[in-house]
Amino acid sequence: MMSEDFGEEDSFGARAMQERTHAELQEMVSSHNILAFIKGNRLMPQCGYSGTLVNILQSLSVPFETVDVLADERIRQGIKDFSNWPTIPQLYLGGEFIGGADIVIELFQSGELQEMIEVAAAS
Amino acid sequence: MSLQALIEEKLTTELTPSHIEVINESGNHGAPLGAESHFKVIVVSTKFEGKPLLARHRMVNAALKEELVEDIHALSMTTRTPAQWAAEGGDKVEPTPPCAGGSTSR
Repeated sequence: MMSEDFGEEDSFGARAMQERTHAELQEMVSSHNILAFIKGNRLMPQCGYSGTLVNILQSLSVPFETVDVLADERIRQGIKDFSNWPTIPQLYLGGEFIGGADIVIELFQSGELQEMIEVAAAS
Repeated sequence: MSLQALIEEKLTTELTPSHIEVINESGNHGAPLGAESHFKVIVVSTKFEGKPLLARHRMVNAALKEELVEDIHALSMTTRTPAQWAAEGGDKVEPTPPCAGGSTSR
């Protein structure tokens, strides 16, 4: 098929792009103790799930960073592949993926999140 | 088959739950009438025993892998073992936050 060569070239280019995004995301999560990928920013989250996550982090009075996935389609798709997690928001503590909004809410309610956040904030 | 029914069927096949609820919450999120975009699932299964939350959610995500790529915009889940479910009284599920409508795709 004539399109085969182009197909391979495309997938090679796409793979190189994916690897670059992966490296970039790895750098982002490793260089922040508490990092949340959300829709919108912390002052104006664009989705209830992202808003809930931001509210919980704010209530714990620790410094944290957010990344707006709506601002960059490459990051939006990239972070899903990176964590093998299909939805936004996503919380990372000390470079480790913790989960989405439901998990963060449950960990917060059980008191586990507060402990994990203290450890992450101190590292 | 509706997406709601498909989700229920797939989760039932994969996780053999003793209790399952699939709730279409799309109407709470400014989606048009009849939309199937936002769902909440409650799954009670012995397969969750000894597994942390993240692993349980990954099991649900894996069962709905294809649907999560395009069709499902948001999926909220409650995962319990039968013992946990019984201890909680079986019906205590927190409402999910409303969506502010910031994204029209996915």
